[in-house]
Amino acid sequence: MSELNLKNPVLRWFEARLPIMSFMHHSFVTYPTPRNLNYWWTFGGILTVMLIIQIITGIVLVMHYTPTTADAFNSVEHIMRDVNYGWLIRYVHSNGASMFFIAVYIHIFRGLYYGSYKDPREVLWILGVIILLLMMATAFMGYVLPWGQMSFWGATVITNLFSAIPGVGQAVVTWLWGGYSVDNPTLQRFFALHYLLPFVIFGVVILHIWALHHVGQNNPTGIDVKSNKDTVPFTPYAATKDNFALILFLMFFAYFVFYIPNYLGHADNYIPANPLQTPVHIVPEWYLLPFYAILRAIPSKLGGVVAMFASILVLVFVPWLDTSKVRSARYRPMYKQFFWILVICCIGLGYLGAKPAEGVYVIAARILTFYYFLHFLVILPLLGYLEKPKNVPPSIADSVLKGRESDPMPARAGARR
Amino acid sequence: MAATHPETTRRDFLYIATGAFGAIGAAAAVWPLIHQMNPDKSVLALTSTEVDLTPITEGQIVTIKWRGKPVFVSHRSKKEIEEAKAVKLSDLPDPQADDARVKKGKDQWLVVIGVCTHLGCVPIGHQGDYTGWFCPCHGSHYDTSGRIRKGPAPTNLEVPPYEFVSDTSIRIG
Repeated sequence: MSELNLKNPVLRWFEARLPIMSFMHHSFVTYPTPRNLNYWWTFGGILTVMLIIQIITGIVLVMHYTPTTADAFNSVEHIMRDVNYGWLIRYVHSNGASMFFIAVYIHIFRGLYYGSYKDPREVLWILGVIILLLMMATAFMGYVLPWGQMSFWGATVITNLFSAIPGVGQAVVTWLWGGYSVDNPTLQRFFALHYLLPFVIFGVVILHIWALHHVGQNNPTGIDVKSNKDTVPFTPYAATKDNFALILFLMFFAYFVFYIPNYLGHADNYIPANPLQTPVHIVPEWYLLPFYAILRAIPSKLGGVVAMFASILVLVFVPWLDTSKVRSARYRPMYKQFFWILVICCIGLGYLGAKPAEGVYVIAARILTFYYFLHFLVILPLLGYLEKPKNVPPSIADSVLKGRESDPMPARAGARR
Repeated sequence: MAATHPETTRRDFLYIATGAFGAIGAAAAVWPLIHQMNPDKSVLALTSTEVDLTPITEGQIVTIKWRGKPVFVSHRSKKEIEEAKAVKLSDLPDPQADDARVKKGKDQWLVVIGVCTHLGCVPIGHQGDYTGWFCPCHGSHYDTSGRIRKGPAPTNLEVPPYEFVSDTSIRIG
Protein backbone atom coordinates (compact mmCIF):
# COMPACT_ATOMS: atom_id res chain seq x y z
CA MET A 1 0.00 0.00 0.00
CA SER A 2 1.25 3.43 -0.85
CA GLU A 3 2.22 5.69 1.98
CA LEU A 4 0.41 8.90 2.56
CA ASN A 5 2.95 11.62 1.86
CA LEU A 6 2.02 14.63 3.93
CA LYS A 7 3.77 17.89 3.12
CA ASN A 8 2.07 20.17 5.61
CA PRO A 9 4.14 20.13 8.84
CA VAL A 10 1.08 20.58 11.06
CA LEU A 11 -0.61 17.55 9.51
CA ARG A 12 2.64 15.58 9.85
CA TRP A 13 2.81 16.50 13.52
CA PHE A 14 -0.79 15.38 14.00
CA GLU A 15 -0.34 12.21 11.95
CA ALA A 16 2.62 11.13 14.11
CA ARG A 17 0.35 11.32 17.16
CA LEU A 18 -2.90 9.95 15.70
CA PRO A 19 -2.49 8.24 12.32
CA ILE A 20 -6.11 8.77 11.30
CA MET A 21 -5.33 10.36 7.93
CA SER A 22 -3.22 7.46 6.73
CA PHE A 23 -5.91 5.11 8.05
CA MET A 24 -8.57 6.86 5.98
CA HIS A 25 -6.17 6.97 3.03
CA HIS A 26 -5.62 3.21 3.22
CA SER A 27 -9.28 2.45 3.72
CA PHE A 28 -10.92 4.72 1.18
CA VAL A 29 -8.30 5.84 -1.33
CA THR A 30 -5.69 3.19 -2.06
CA TYR A 31 -7.81 0.31 -0.79
CA PRO A 32 -7.76 -2.35 -3.54
CA THR A 33 -11.23 -3.25 -4.84
CA PRO A 34 -11.93 -6.04 -7.31
CA ARG A 35 -11.92 -4.53 -10.79
CA ASN A 36 -15.11 -6.28 -11.87
CA LEU A 37 -17.53 -4.90 -9.28
CA ASN A 38 -20.91 -4.14 -10.87
CA TYR A 39 -23.59 -1.64 -9.81
CA TRP A 40 -25.09 -4.06 -7.29
CA TRP A 41 -21.97 -3.34 -5.23
CA THR A 42 -22.79 0.34 -4.91
CA PHE A 43 -25.55 -0.20 -2.36
CA GLY A 44 -23.13 -0.42 0.57
CA GLY A 45 -22.11 3.18 -0.02
CA ILE A 46 -25.73 4.20 -0.64
CA LEU A 47 -26.71 2.64 2.70
CA THR A 48 -23.99 4.54 4.53
CA VAL A 49 -25.29 7.80 3.08
CA MET A 50 -28.89 6.86 3.94
CA LEU A 51 -27.91 6.19 7.55
CA ILE A 52 -26.27 9.62 7.77
CA ILE A 53 -29.31 11.30 6.16
CA GLN A 54 -31.64 9.59 8.64
CA ILE A 55 -29.50 10.61 11.63
CA ILE A 56 -29.22 14.24 10.53
CA THR A 57 -32.91 14.69 9.65
CA GLY A 58 -33.88 12.79 12.80
CA ILE A 59 -31.86 15.03 15.12
CA VAL A 60 -33.39 18.09 13.47
CA LEU A 61 -36.93 16.71 13.85
CA VAL A 62 -36.35 16.12 17.57
CA MET A 63 -35.82 19.87 17.94
CA HIS A 64 -39.55 20.32 17.16
CA TYR A 65 -41.18 17.06 18.22
CA THR A 66 -42.85 16.41 21.61
CA PRO A 67 -42.92 12.78 22.79
CA THR A 68 -46.13 12.77 24.84
CA THR A 69 -49.48 11.27 23.90
CA ALA A 70 -51.15 14.66 24.34
CA ASP A 71 -48.81 16.55 22.01
CA ALA A 72 -47.06 14.08 19.71
CA PHE A 73 -49.62 14.15 16.89
CA ASN A 74 -49.96 17.94 17.01
CA SER A 75 -46.21 18.48 17.15
CA VAL A 76 -45.83 16.46 13.95
CA GLU A 77 -48.51 18.63 12.32
CA HIS A 78 -46.64 21.66 13.69
CA ILE A 79 -43.51 20.41 11.94
CA MET A 80 -45.47 19.95 8.71
CA ARG A 81 -47.21 23.35 8.76
CA ASP A 82 -45.20 25.82 10.83
CA VAL A 83 -41.55 24.84 11.05
CA ASN A 84 -39.40 26.27 8.26
CA TYR A 85 -38.82 23.45 5.77
CA GLY A 86 -40.33 21.13 8.38
CA TRP A 87 -42.40 19.36 5.70
CA LEU A 88 -39.25 18.67 3.70
CA ILE A 89 -37.24 17.38 6.64
CA ARG A 90 -40.04 15.11 7.80
CA TYR A 91 -40.77 13.76 4.32
CA VAL A 92 -37.06 13.08 3.78
CA HIS A 93 -36.96 11.22 7.11
CA SER A 94 -40.15 9.19 6.58
CA ASN A 95 -39.43 8.33 2.95
CA GLY A 96 -35.77 7.91 3.86
CA ALA A 97 -36.74 4.94 6.02
CA SER A 98 -38.35 3.29 2.98
CA MET A 99 -35.37 4.08 0.77
CA PHE A 100 -33.07 2.65 3.45
CA PHE A 101 -34.99 -0.63 3.30
CA ILE A 102 -35.10 -0.71 -0.52
CA ALA A 103 -31.32 -0.36 -0.51
CA VAL A 104 -30.77 -2.88 2.27
CA TYR A 105 -32.96 -5.53 0.62
CA ILE A 106 -31.09 -5.11 -2.67
CA HIS A 107 -27.82 -5.29 -0.73
CA ILE A 108 -28.92 -8.52 1.01
CA PHE A 109 -30.13 -10.19 -2.20
CA ARG A 110 -26.85 -9.14 -3.84
CA GLY A 111 -25.05 -11.01 -1.07
CA LEU A 112 -27.28 -14.06 -1.55
CA TYR A 113 -26.79 -14.08 -5.32
CA TYR A 114 -23.02 -13.77 -5.34
CA GLY A 115 -22.42 -15.90 -2.24
CA SER A 116 -20.95 -13.00 -0.28
CA TYR A 117 -21.73 -14.78 3.01
CA LYS A 118 -19.33 -17.65 2.40
CA ASP A 119 -15.99 -18.31 4.03
CA PRO A 120 -14.27 -16.00 5.02
CA ARG A 121 -17.16 -13.49 5.15
CA GLU A 122 -19.47 -15.22 7.67
CA VAL A 123 -18.94 -12.65 10.44
CA LEU A 124 -19.37 -9.82 7.95
CA TRP A 125 -22.70 -11.39 6.91
CA ILE A 126 -23.91 -11.96 10.48
CA LEU A 127 -23.11 -8.35 11.38
CA GLY A 128 -25.30 -7.45 8.42
CA VAL A 129 -28.20 -9.54 9.79
CA ILE A 130 -27.78 -7.75 13.14
CA ILE A 131 -27.96 -4.40 11.33
CA LEU A 132 -31.16 -5.55 9.59
CA LEU A 133 -32.75 -6.47 12.93
CA LEU A 134 -31.72 -3.13 14.46
CA MET A 135 -33.10 -1.30 11.42
CA MET A 136 -36.43 -3.06 11.79
CA ALA A 137 -36.65 -2.20 15.48
CA THR A 138 -35.69 1.41 14.80
CA ALA A 139 -38.13 1.81 11.92
CA PHE A 140 -40.95 0.24 13.92
CA MET A 141 -40.40 2.55 16.90
CA GLY A 142 -40.05 5.56 14.62
CA TYR A 143 -43.41 4.79 13.03
CA VAL A 144 -45.03 4.92 16.49
CA LEU A 145 -43.84 8.48 17.21
CA PRO A 146 -46.42 10.46 15.12
CA TRP A 147 -49.05 8.81 17.34
CA GLY A 148 -51.61 8.28 14.60
CA GLN A 149 -53.98 5.33 14.40
CA MET A 150 -51.47 3.09 12.60
CA SER A 151 -48.75 4.14 15.04
CA PHE A 152 -50.84 3.14 18.01
CA TRP A 153 -52.26 -0.10 16.64
CA GLY A 154 -49.02 -1.14 15.01
CA ALA A 155 -47.33 -0.70 18.38
CA THR A 156 -50.11 -2.67 20.08
CA VAL A 157 -49.92 -5.60 17.68
CA ILE A 158 -46.14 -5.81 17.57
CA THR A 159 -45.60 -5.50 21.34
CA ASN A 160 -48.30 -8.12 21.82
CA LEU A 161 -46.10 -10.56 19.89
CA PHE A 162 -44.14 -10.96 23.11
CA SER A 163 -47.26 -12.12 24.98
CA ALA A 164 -46.85 -15.38 23.06
CA ILE A 165 -43.86 -16.24 25.27
CA PRO A 166 -45.11 -19.05 27.51
CA GLY A 167 -45.51 -18.12 31.19
CA VAL A 168 -43.93 -14.69 31.40
CA GLY A 169 -45.41 -13.28 28.17
CA GLN A 170 -47.95 -10.93 29.71
CA ALA A 171 -45.46 -9.65 32.31
CA VAL A 172 -42.98 -8.90 29.53
CA VAL A 173 -45.61 -6.98 27.56
CA THR A 174 -46.66 -4.97 30.64
CA TRP A 175 -42.99 -4.19 31.21
CA LEU A 176 -42.54 -3.08 27.60
CA TRP A 177 -45.61 -0.85 27.83
CA GLY A 178 -44.98 0.55 31.31
CA GLY A 179 -48.72 0.11 31.88
CA TYR A 180 -51.65 -2.04 30.89
CA SER A 181 -51.87 -0.77 27.34
CA VAL A 182 -49.77 1.20 24.88
CA ASP A 183 -49.76 4.68 26.42
CA ASN A 184 -47.61 7.64 27.33
CA PRO A 185 -44.81 5.63 29.01
CA THR A 186 -44.62 3.44 25.89
CA LEU A 187 -44.36 6.44 23.59
CA GLN A 188 -41.63 8.04 25.67
CA ARG A 189 -39.45 4.95 25.84
CA PHE A 190 -39.90 4.26 22.13
CA PHE A 191 -38.77 7.81 21.48
CA ALA A 192 -35.67 7.34 23.66
CA LEU A 193 -34.81 4.06 21.91
CA HIS A 194 -35.56 5.42 18.45
CA TYR A 195 -33.00 8.12 19.15
CA LEU A 196 -30.46 5.62 20.51
CA LEU A 197 -30.63 2.75 18.02
CA PRO A 198 -29.35 4.60 14.93
CA PHE A 199 -26.11 5.22 16.77
CA VAL A 200 -25.96 1.54 17.70
CA ILE A 201 -26.50 0.78 13.99
CA PHE A 202 -23.69 3.20 13.20
CA GLY A 203 -21.39 1.28 15.54
CA VAL A 204 -22.29 -2.08 13.99
CA VAL A 205 -21.84 -0.55 10.52
CA ILE A 206 -18.27 0.36 11.48
CA LEU A 207 -17.68 -3.25 12.53
CA HIS A 208 -19.32 -4.38 9.25
CA ILE A 209 -16.96 -2.19 7.20
CA TRP A 210 -13.98 -3.24 9.33
CA ALA A 211 -14.78 -6.90 8.72
CA LEU A 212 -15.25 -6.13 5.01
CA HIS A 213 -11.89 -4.42 4.72
CA HIS A 214 -10.20 -7.19 6.69
CA VAL A 215 -11.41 -10.07 4.49
CA GLY A 216 -11.76 -8.06 1.27
CA GLN A 217 -14.78 -7.58 -0.97
CA ASN A 218 -16.44 -10.41 -2.80
CA ASN A 219 -17.03 -9.78 -6.51
CA PRO A 220 -19.36 -11.00 -9.28
CA THR A 221 -17.17 -14.01 -10.09
CA GLY A 222 -17.02 -15.01 -6.43
CA ILE A 223 -13.34 -15.96 -6.80
CA ASP A 224 -10.60 -14.57 -4.58
CA VAL A 225 -8.32 -11.72 -5.54
CA LYS A 226 -5.07 -13.37 -6.58
CA SER A 227 -2.85 -10.55 -7.81
CA ASN A 228 -2.67 -6.81 -8.37
CA LYS A 229 -4.13 -7.41 -11.82
CA ASP A 230 -7.43 -8.29 -10.20
CA THR A 231 -7.88 -5.00 -8.39
CA VAL A 232 -8.10 -1.27 -8.88
CA PRO A 233 -7.69 1.41 -6.20
CA PHE A 234 -10.91 2.43 -4.44
CA THR A 235 -10.36 6.05 -5.46
CA PRO A 236 -11.10 6.98 -8.18
CA TYR A 237 -12.57 3.75 -9.59
CA ALA A 238 -15.01 2.44 -6.99
CA ALA A 239 -15.59 5.89 -5.51
CA THR A 240 -16.73 7.32 -8.85
CA LYS A 241 -19.00 4.37 -9.53
CA ASP A 242 -20.45 4.58 -6.01
CA ASN A 243 -21.09 8.30 -6.41
CA PHE A 244 -22.79 7.90 -9.78
CA ALA A 245 -25.10 5.20 -8.41
CA LEU A 246 -25.74 7.32 -5.32
CA ILE A 247 -26.88 10.26 -7.48
CA LEU A 248 -29.31 8.02 -9.38
CA PHE A 249 -30.60 6.62 -6.10
CA LEU A 250 -31.06 10.10 -4.63
CA MET A 251 -33.04 11.12 -7.73
CA PHE A 252 -35.36 8.18 -7.15
CA PHE A 253 -35.57 9.20 -3.46
CA ALA A 254 -36.29 12.84 -4.40
CA TYR A 255 -39.13 11.76 -6.68
CA PHE A 256 -40.86 10.20 -3.69
CA VAL A 257 -40.13 13.14 -1.36
CA PHE A 258 -41.33 15.83 -3.76
CA TYR A 259 -44.06 14.13 -5.79
CA ILE A 260 -45.55 11.22 -3.84
CA PRO A 261 -44.43 11.75 -0.22
CA ASN A 262 -47.32 9.76 1.26
CA TYR A 263 -47.41 6.99 -1.31
CA LEU A 264 -45.62 4.50 0.95
CA GLY A 265 -47.45 5.58 4.09
CA HIS A 266 -50.97 4.88 5.27
CA ALA A 267 -53.78 7.46 5.36
CA ASP A 268 -54.99 6.18 8.75
CA ASN A 269 -51.85 7.55 10.37
CA TYR A 270 -53.21 11.06 9.82
CA ILE A 271 -55.99 10.20 12.31
CA PRO A 272 -54.90 10.76 15.94
CA ALA A 273 -54.43 7.56 17.95
CA ASN A 274 -57.63 6.23 19.51
CA PRO A 275 -57.13 3.41 22.02
CA LEU A 276 -60.82 2.44 21.83
CA GLN A 277 -61.08 1.89 18.09
CA THR A 278 -59.00 -0.36 15.89
CA PRO A 279 -58.73 0.59 12.22
CA VAL A 280 -60.51 -1.89 9.97
CA HIS A 281 -57.29 -2.99 8.37
CA ILE A 282 -53.97 -2.82 10.22
CA VAL A 283 -50.93 -3.05 7.99
CA PRO A 284 -47.32 -2.38 8.88
CA GLU A 285 -45.03 -0.37 6.63
CA TRP A 286 -44.26 -2.13 3.35
CA TYR A 287 -40.78 -3.24 4.36
CA LEU A 288 -42.15 -5.39 7.18
CA LEU A 289 -44.97 -6.95 5.14
CA PRO A 290 -43.24 -10.24 4.19
CA PHE A 291 -42.56 -10.96 7.86
CA TYR A 292 -46.09 -9.93 8.79
CA ALA A 293 -47.41 -12.40 6.20
CA ILE A 294 -45.34 -15.18 7.78
CA LEU A 295 -46.66 -14.21 11.23
CA ARG A 296 -50.26 -14.51 10.06
CA ALA A 297 -49.73 -17.63 7.98
CA ILE A 298 -49.23 -19.88 11.00
CA PRO A 299 -52.55 -20.77 12.67
CA SER A 300 -51.15 -20.50 16.19
CA LYS A 301 -50.08 -17.42 18.11
CA LEU A 302 -46.78 -18.73 19.44
CA GLY A 303 -46.08 -20.58 16.20
CA GLY A 304 -46.59 -17.44 14.13
CA VAL A 305 -44.27 -15.41 16.31
CA VAL A 306 -41.60 -18.11 16.27
CA ALA A 307 -41.85 -18.45 12.47
CA MET A 308 -41.54 -14.71 12.01
CA PHE A 309 -38.37 -14.41 14.08
CA ALA A 310 -37.03 -17.63 12.57
CA SER A 311 -37.42 -16.19 9.07
CA ILE A 312 -34.82 -13.54 9.95
CA LEU A 313 -32.62 -15.72 12.15
CA VAL A 314 -32.32 -18.36 9.42
CA LEU A 315 -30.21 -15.82 7.53
CA VAL A 316 -27.56 -16.08 10.26
CA PHE A 317 -27.04 -19.73 9.35
CA VAL A 318 -26.95 -19.29 5.58
CA PRO A 319 -23.11 -19.47 5.45
CA TRP A 320 -23.35 -23.02 6.79
CA LEU A 321 -26.60 -24.04 5.11
CA ASP A 322 -25.11 -23.36 1.69
CA THR A 323 -22.86 -26.33 1.02
CA SER A 324 -21.66 -25.34 -2.45
CA LYS A 325 -17.97 -24.72 -2.98
CA VAL A 326 -18.70 -22.08 -5.62
CA ARG A 327 -19.69 -18.65 -4.37
CA SER A 328 -21.27 -16.82 -7.28
CA ALA A 329 -24.64 -17.79 -8.79
CA ARG A 330 -23.06 -16.85 -12.13
CA TYR A 331 -21.46 -20.31 -12.12
CA ARG A 332 -24.31 -22.09 -10.34
CA PRO A 333 -27.01 -22.84 -12.94
CA MET A 334 -29.50 -24.40 -10.51
CA TYR A 335 -28.97 -22.02 -7.60
CA LYS A 336 -29.46 -19.09 -9.96
CA GLN A 337 -33.01 -20.29 -10.69
CA PHE A 338 -33.83 -21.01 -7.06
CA PHE A 339 -32.49 -17.56 -6.15
CA TRP A 340 -35.04 -15.89 -8.42
CA ILE A 341 -37.82 -18.14 -7.11
CA LEU A 342 -36.87 -16.95 -3.61
CA VAL A 343 -37.04 -13.31 -4.74
CA ILE A 344 -40.52 -13.90 -6.18
CA CYS A 345 -41.50 -15.77 -3.00
CA CYS A 346 -40.46 -12.80 -0.83
CA ILE A 347 -42.28 -10.29 -3.05
CA GLY A 348 -45.34 -12.57 -2.93
CA LEU A 349 -45.19 -12.66 0.86
CA GLY A 350 -44.98 -8.87 0.88
CA TYR A 351 -48.08 -8.69 -1.30
CA LEU A 352 -49.97 -11.11 0.94
CA GLY A 353 -48.92 -9.23 4.08
CA ALA A 354 -50.91 -6.26 2.80
CA LYS A 355 -54.02 -8.34 2.13
CA PRO A 356 -56.65 -9.29 4.72
CA ALA A 357 -55.95 -12.59 6.50
CA GLU A 358 -58.76 -14.62 5.00
CA GLY A 359 -59.59 -17.22 2.38
CA VAL A 360 -57.18 -17.76 -0.47
CA TYR A 361 -54.70 -15.20 0.87
CA VAL A 362 -54.05 -17.29 3.97
CA ILE A 363 -53.52 -20.44 1.91
CA ALA A 364 -51.13 -18.63 -0.44
CA ALA A 365 -49.24 -17.17 2.53
CA ARG A 366 -48.86 -20.66 4.01
CA ILE A 367 -47.48 -22.05 0.77
CA LEU A 368 -44.99 -19.20 0.39
CA THR A 369 -43.95 -19.37 4.05
CA PHE A 370 -43.34 -23.07 3.63
CA TYR A 371 -41.31 -22.42 0.50
CA TYR A 372 -39.27 -19.66 2.18
CA PHE A 373 -38.05 -22.07 4.85
CA LEU A 374 -37.73 -24.91 2.32
CA HIS A 375 -35.32 -22.75 0.31
CA PHE A 376 -32.97 -22.13 3.21
CA LEU A 377 -33.29 -25.38 5.14
CA VAL A 378 -33.55 -27.97 2.34
CA ILE A 379 -32.80 -26.60 -1.13
CA LEU A 380 -29.69 -24.63 -0.17
CA PRO A 381 -27.95 -27.56 1.60
CA LEU A 382 -28.91 -30.08 -1.11
CA LEU A 383 -27.86 -27.93 -4.06
CA GLY A 384 -24.23 -28.13 -3.02
CA TYR A 385 -24.36 -31.87 -3.69
CA LEU A 386 -26.80 -32.02 -6.63
CA GLU A 387 -25.61 -29.11 -8.72
CA LYS A 388 -22.76 -29.28 -11.20
CA PRO A 389 -21.22 -25.79 -11.25
CA LYS A 390 -19.94 -24.25 -14.47
CA ASN A 391 -16.23 -23.66 -14.93
CA VAL A 392 -14.99 -20.76 -12.86
CA PRO A 393 -12.49 -18.41 -14.57
CA PRO A 394 -8.89 -18.66 -13.35
CA SER A 395 -8.83 -15.06 -12.12
CA ILE A 396 -10.90 -11.88 -11.90
CA ALA A 397 -8.70 -10.23 -14.52
CA ASP A 398 -9.31 -13.15 -16.91
CA SER A 399 -13.05 -12.89 -16.45
CA VAL A 400 -13.00 -9.19 -17.28
CA LEU A 401 -10.53 -9.20 -20.15
CA LYS A 402 -12.04 -12.31 -21.76
CA GLY A 403 -8.77 -13.39 -23.35
CA ARG A 404 -7.60 -9.97 -24.45
CA GLU A 405 -3.79 -10.05 -24.55
CA SER A 406 -2.79 -6.59 -23.43
CA ASP A 407 -4.53 -4.13 -21.22
CA PRO A 408 -2.84 -1.06 -19.83
CA MET A 409 -4.92 -0.91 -16.67
CA PRO A 410 -3.51 -3.71 -14.54
CA ALA A 411 -0.03 -2.27 -14.84
CA ARG A 412 -1.19 1.15 -13.81
CA ALA A 413 -3.32 -0.15 -11.00
CA GLY A 414 -0.45 -2.29 -9.83
CA ALA A 415 1.96 0.62 -9.86
CA ARG A 416 -0.21 2.48 -7.39
CA ARG A 417 0.73 0.01 -4.72
CA MET B 1 -0.58 -28.81 45.25
CA ALA B 2 1.72 -27.04 42.86
CA ALA B 3 2.83 -30.33 41.37
CA THR B 4 -0.68 -31.68 40.72
CA HIS B 5 -2.30 -28.41 39.61
CA PRO B 6 0.51 -26.37 38.12
CA GLU B 7 -1.87 -23.82 36.62
CA THR B 8 -4.06 -23.15 39.66
CA THR B 9 -2.76 -20.44 41.93
CA ARG B 10 -4.09 -18.27 44.72
CA ARG B 11 -4.12 -15.46 42.19
CA ASP B 12 -6.62 -17.40 40.03
CA PHE B 13 -8.93 -17.54 43.02
CA LEU B 14 -8.60 -13.77 43.42
CA TYR B 15 -9.44 -13.23 39.74
CA ILE B 16 -12.56 -15.40 39.93
CA ALA B 17 -13.69 -13.87 43.23
CA THR B 18 -13.20 -10.34 41.87
CA GLY B 19 -15.07 -11.19 38.69
CA ALA B 20 -17.97 -12.79 40.57
CA PHE B 21 -18.18 -9.83 42.95
CA GLY B 22 -18.28 -7.42 40.03
CA ALA B 23 -20.88 -9.45 38.13
CA ILE B 24 -23.24 -9.67 41.13
CA GLY B 25 -22.81 -5.96 41.82
CA ALA B 26 -23.55 -5.11 38.19
CA ALA B 27 -26.64 -7.34 38.18
CA ALA B 28 -27.93 -5.64 41.32
CA ALA B 29 -27.30 -2.22 39.83
CA VAL B 30 -29.17 -3.15 36.66
CA TRP B 31 -32.41 -4.06 38.45
CA PRO B 32 -33.60 -0.45 39.08
CA LEU B 33 -32.88 0.29 35.43
CA ILE B 34 -35.11 -2.61 34.37
CA HIS B 35 -37.83 -2.10 36.96
CA GLN B 36 -38.28 1.59 36.05
CA MET B 37 -39.98 0.37 32.89
CA ASN B 38 -42.74 -1.44 34.81
CA PRO B 39 -46.04 0.41 35.45
CA ASP B 40 -45.38 3.38 37.73
CA LYS B 41 -47.41 4.51 40.77
CA SER B 42 -49.57 6.90 38.78
CA VAL B 43 -50.54 4.13 36.37
CA LEU B 44 -51.25 1.70 39.21
CA ALA B 45 -53.42 4.33 40.95
CA LEU B 46 -55.90 4.32 38.06
CA THR B 47 -56.93 0.74 38.53
CA SER B 48 -60.66 0.99 39.24
CA THR B 49 -63.56 2.49 37.30
CA GLU B 50 -67.26 2.66 38.22
CA VAL B 51 -69.89 2.17 35.51
CA ASP B 52 -73.56 3.17 35.67
CA LEU B 53 -75.61 0.50 33.88
CA THR B 54 -78.97 2.32 33.67
CA PRO B 55 -78.42 4.00 30.28
CA ILE B 56 -77.35 0.76 28.61
CA THR B 57 -80.36 -0.68 26.79
CA GLU B 58 -80.86 -4.31 25.90
CA GLY B 59 -78.77 -5.37 22.92
CA GLN B 60 -76.34 -2.49 23.40
CA ILE B 61 -72.59 -2.81 23.97
CA VAL B 62 -70.87 0.08 25.71
CA THR B 63 -67.10 0.57 25.70
CA ILE B 64 -65.50 1.80 28.93
CA LYS B 65 -61.86 2.77 29.34
CA TRP B 66 -60.18 0.93 32.18
CA ARG B 67 -56.40 0.94 32.71
CA GLY B 68 -56.04 2.55 29.30
CA LYS B 69 -57.79 -0.26 27.50
CA PRO B 70 -61.36 -0.80 26.40
CA VAL B 71 -63.83 -2.86 28.44
CA PHE B 72 -67.05 -3.99 26.78
CA VAL B 73 -70.19 -3.92 28.89
CA SER B 74 -72.79 -5.88 26.94
CA HIS B 75 -76.46 -5.87 27.85
CA ARG B 76 -77.38 -9.20 26.30
CA SER B 77 -80.78 -10.10 24.91
CA LYS B 78 -82.53 -13.37 25.83
CA LYS B 79 -81.58 -14.85 22.49
CA GLU B 80 -77.90 -14.01 23.01
CA ILE B 81 -77.90 -15.56 26.47
CA GLU B 82 -79.54 -18.72 25.15
CA GLU B 83 -77.02 -18.97 22.32
CA ALA B 84 -74.18 -18.61 24.79
CA LYS B 85 -75.60 -21.30 27.06
CA ALA B 86 -76.55 -23.73 24.30
CA VAL B 87 -72.98 -24.36 23.11
CA LYS B 88 -71.37 -27.65 24.05
CA LEU B 89 -68.16 -27.03 26.00
CA SER B 90 -66.34 -29.62 23.92
CA ASP B 91 -66.89 -27.41 20.84
CA LEU B 92 -64.90 -24.56 22.35
CA PRO B 93 -61.17 -23.98 21.78
CA ASP B 94 -60.97 -22.52 25.32
CA PRO B 95 -63.78 -24.33 27.17
CA GLN B 96 -65.57 -22.18 29.72
CA ALA B 97 -69.26 -22.17 30.62
CA ASP B 98 -71.24 -18.97 30.15
CA ASP B 99 -72.15 -19.08 33.88
CA ALA B 100 -68.48 -18.78 34.77
CA ARG B 101 -68.17 -15.58 32.76
CA VAL B 102 -71.05 -13.59 34.27
CA LYS B 103 -72.14 -12.83 37.85
CA LYS B 104 -74.81 -15.10 39.30
CA GLY B 105 -78.35 -13.86 38.54
CA LYS B 106 -76.96 -11.17 36.23
CA ASP B 107 -76.92 -13.19 33.02
CA GLN B 108 -77.82 -10.17 30.94
CA TRP B 109 -74.58 -8.35 31.84
CA LEU B 110 -71.40 -9.54 30.18
CA VAL B 111 -68.26 -7.57 31.04
CA VAL B 112 -65.11 -8.42 29.08
CA ILE B 113 -61.85 -6.67 28.30
CA GLY B 114 -62.16 -5.46 24.71
CA VAL B 115 -58.74 -6.61 23.65
CA CYS B 116 -58.40 -9.48 21.23
CA THR B 117 -56.32 -12.18 22.87
CA HIS B 118 -54.41 -12.67 19.65
CA LEU B 119 -52.45 -9.47 19.22
CA GLY B 120 -54.41 -6.83 21.07
CA CYS B 121 -56.76 -5.21 18.56
CA VAL B 122 -60.23 -4.07 19.61
CA PRO B 123 -62.88 -6.46 18.24
CA ILE B 124 -66.11 -5.08 16.73
CA GLY B 125 -69.39 -5.92 18.50
CA HIS B 126 -72.37 -7.85 17.04
CA GLN B 127 -70.26 -9.14 14.19
CA GLY B 128 -68.60 -12.30 12.99
CA ASP B 129 -69.94 -15.81 12.48
CA TYR B 130 -71.23 -16.02 16.09
CA THR B 131 -72.61 -12.44 16.30
CA GLY B 132 -70.52 -11.76 19.37
CA TRP B 133 -67.35 -9.95 18.37
CA PHE B 134 -65.14 -10.03 15.32
CA CYS B 135 -61.53 -8.88 15.31
CA PRO B 136 -60.74 -7.16 11.99
CA CYS B 137 -56.97 -7.49 12.36
CA HIS B 138 -56.49 -11.21 11.97
CA GLY B 139 -60.01 -12.59 11.79
CA SER B 140 -60.87 -13.98 15.23
CA HIS B 141 -64.56 -14.70 15.88
CA TYR B 142 -66.01 -14.52 19.41
CA ASP B 143 -69.49 -15.58 20.53
CA THR B 144 -72.05 -13.73 22.65
CA SER B 145 -70.18 -14.83 25.75
CA GLY B 146 -66.90 -13.38 24.41
CA ARG B 147 -65.47 -16.86 23.89
CA ILE B 148 -63.13 -17.58 21.03
CA ARG B 149 -64.79 -19.77 18.41
CA LYS B 150 -62.77 -19.38 15.24
CA GLY B 151 -59.50 -17.70 14.23
CA PRO B 152 -55.98 -17.30 15.58
CA ALA B 153 -56.77 -15.98 19.08
CA PRO B 154 -55.79 -18.60 21.67
CA THR B 155 -58.15 -17.71 24.55
CA ASN B 156 -61.53 -16.15 25.34
CA LEU B 157 -61.92 -12.42 25.86
CA GLU B 158 -60.74 -11.85 29.40
CA VAL B 159 -63.28 -11.06 32.12
CA PRO B 160 -61.85 -8.27 34.28
CA PRO B 161 -62.24 -8.36 38.07
CA TYR B 162 -65.48 -6.47 38.79
CA GLU B 163 -68.38 -6.45 41.22
CA PHE B 164 -71.91 -5.08 41.42
CA VAL B 165 -71.92 -2.07 43.73
CA SER B 166 -75.72 -1.92 43.35
CA ASP B 167 -78.22 -3.44 40.91
CA THR B 168 -77.46 -0.71 38.39
CA SER B 169 -73.75 -0.09 38.72
CA ILE B 170 -70.51 -2.04 38.69
CA ARG B 171 -66.96 -1.29 39.75
CA ILE B 172 -64.25 -2.66 37.47
CA GLY B 173 -60.84 -3.32 39.06
